[in-house]
Amino acid sequence: MKINFHRANLCLRPNSQVHQEWGNILEKKIIYELNALYREPMQVVGYEFGTGEKSVCVVGSMRGNEVQQMFVCSRLIERLKQLEARQEIMAGKSILVIPCVNLYSMNIGKRFWSTDNTDINRMFPGYDMGETTQRIAAGVFSAIKEYDIGIQFASNYMPGRFLPHIRMMQTGFEDIETAKKFAFPYVVTRNTRPFDTTTLNYNWQIWETRAFSIYTTDTDEIDRKSAADAVKAIERLLHEEGIVRSAVNGGYHYQSQVLCDDNLLSVRCKEAGIYENRAGIGEEVSEGQLLAVITNPFEGTVLEELRAPADGTVFFQHKAPLIYADTAAVKLVCFSARK
Amino acid sequence: MAQKIKSEISSICRVKLPIGETLHIKRNRISPDGSATTGLKRIGIVTGIHGDELEGQYVCYEVLRRIKEHPECLAGIVDVYPAMNPMGIDSMTRGIPGFDLDMNRIFPGSGDGAMTEYVAHKIMEELSGADLVVDIHASNIYLTEIPQIRINELHCDTLVPLARHMNVDFVWVHASSTVLESTLAYSLNSTGTPTLVVEAGVGMRITKAYGEQLADGLMHTMKALGIWQGAVNAVREPIVDGSADGVVFFNAPKAGIFVPEAKHWTTLSAGDLVGRIVNPLTGEVLSEITTPARGILFTIREYPVVDEGSLVGRLLKR
Repeated sequence: MKINFHRANLCLRPNSQVHQEWGNILEKKIIYELNALYREPMQVVGYEFGTGEKSVCVVGSMRGNEVQQMFVCSRLIERLKQLEARQEIMAGKSILVIPCVNLYSMNIGKRFWSTDNTDINRMFPGYDMGETTQRIAAGVFSAIKEYDIGIQFASNYMPGRFLPHIRMMQTGFEDIETAKKFAFPYVVTRNTRPFDTTTLNYNWQIWETRAFSIYTTDTDEIDRKSAADAVKAIERLLHEEGIVRSAVNGGYHYQSQVLCDDNLLSVRCKEAGIYENRAGIGEEVSEGQLLAVITNPFEGTVLEELRAPADGTVFFQHKAPLIYADTAAVKLVCFSARK
Repeated sequence: MAQKIKSEISSICRVKLPIGETLHIKRNRISPDGSATTGLKRIGIVTGIHGDELEGQYVCYEVLRRIKEHPECLAGIVDVYPAMNPMGIDSMTRGIPGFDLDMNRIFPGSGDGAMTEYVAHKIMEELSGADLVVDIHASNIYLTEIPQIRINELHCDTLVPLARHMNVDFVWVHASSTVLESTLAYSLNSTGTPTLVVEAGVGMRITKAYGEQLADGLMHTMKALGIWQGAVNAVREPIVDGSADGVVFFNAPKAGIFVPEAKHWTTLSAGDLVGRIVNPLTGEVLSEITTPARGILFTIREYPVVDEGSLVGRLLKR
């Protein structure tokens, strides 16, 4: 049996389990456990790589439909196993990955908390004597708040596809220079809104963690390409931050452009009906180019053509087959945008 | 000859839906007929932001019924909005169907965002400038609430005097919270339109006695504002509490089935039993919930299934 000595000497914390994998010791620990009346206890588990200072924490799905967010974490865990087996993780650095916080909702296909429909990502920093999702948030946050870097795979409430990017709230603690080290095409900053103050990302920043939200292309479907790119991006950050020894091959190599909301041009629809995109996510489009069509659901006639109001890059596009009127169906990156 | 009233039903916001339907948020504007409306005081009675809260449906009906019974007494504008989230009410959905989004967390909205934000923006445009807005909620499907008004401490000087007319049992002045800044009430209050938030009863039900109580309060409030000149019933003096530790929260220490033992809106002594959490599979009592202090039980859990942490009651210390 091959065991890394530094892991073998590790004094495991309570609730830790040791698994032999990859000829190595993998630490899988219970971050938080919630008992239920008729279901098995919900165990939020984390996978720890390396030992020493709390360097990077990655959190995957917090909502029941965030399948892609969990999938990316599974790919990352697989990659970190390889890196640890090759002793690529620098001594004195540790990485924690929590692939899924809301197992109960995922198992019943519900977006928010299974019982009361509250959103765990609106409960941070949590309250251990409060309501159920406040307790989950408190339990998770107590385990992850001391990390130097925090990464969350996030999702938006609008049903759509994104060009992969890093998103950050402007709290005064946001760290744009570190965000560029992921080498995604874009780093998006936006103003903080009132309800943001109870998100994980915001609270990480307030607790002085360098916090980043990563949006890959999809949420409720697997997108292997953007998942692989996100894993590479995190590996690149780990190398740039001196946590992983080797440089990264492949994935994104952009010098990230920093955007704010004013650089995103919304293309809104006036009509409702069947919606079909006519441009791809990430596609460079010219002013006047057809982006999407809305057709009459009974007769098939075209009700509206959405065209690019300026040259730009397709950053977001509505994904569902039906669309309401007065919806921002497409967003373009457009540096000459005026709202 | 008795004065007539004018009733105008219109849509304050229309959104085309994908399949042969348009969403309308409807308003019934009642005003004295034959006179100019400029200069008249205006009250907005709002409900149905959460599609599973139906207590306000009866209140809207009852207020309109009383006005129509004595049209000669109307001296201002009464705008009634019984369904701010019509699709939610129709489908027994708390949030906005299709988005799984709490409508009362997206105000003041935006003319540039998703359809939901656009709707919130139109609602703000519509209600801004009223002399008073009353936003009637019904807790949720889990908890029963005694009729009460909740006021953010930032706006208590303006709102507590108005709340005293509303015939509620309790006025809860609570600490400011950034999360609540995205509610309709906060958005309106912070832009100069006084707005009271009423919580009464329980989700998916109508408690007729509470509806009558709130209708009495609204008529009394309209009289105080000069919108109503008819007779009104006397209103009760509410308990007003804004102390930091005035309310005790009871959260379930175990998952199980909550069986209440104490009666709603009764005074309990320290050590009294609020309820038990039991396990129907084993026949065990998993937990007994008792009060740490003397007080009035103003919230009690209605929905029996509880997780660890689920709220089962609130006590106003007395």
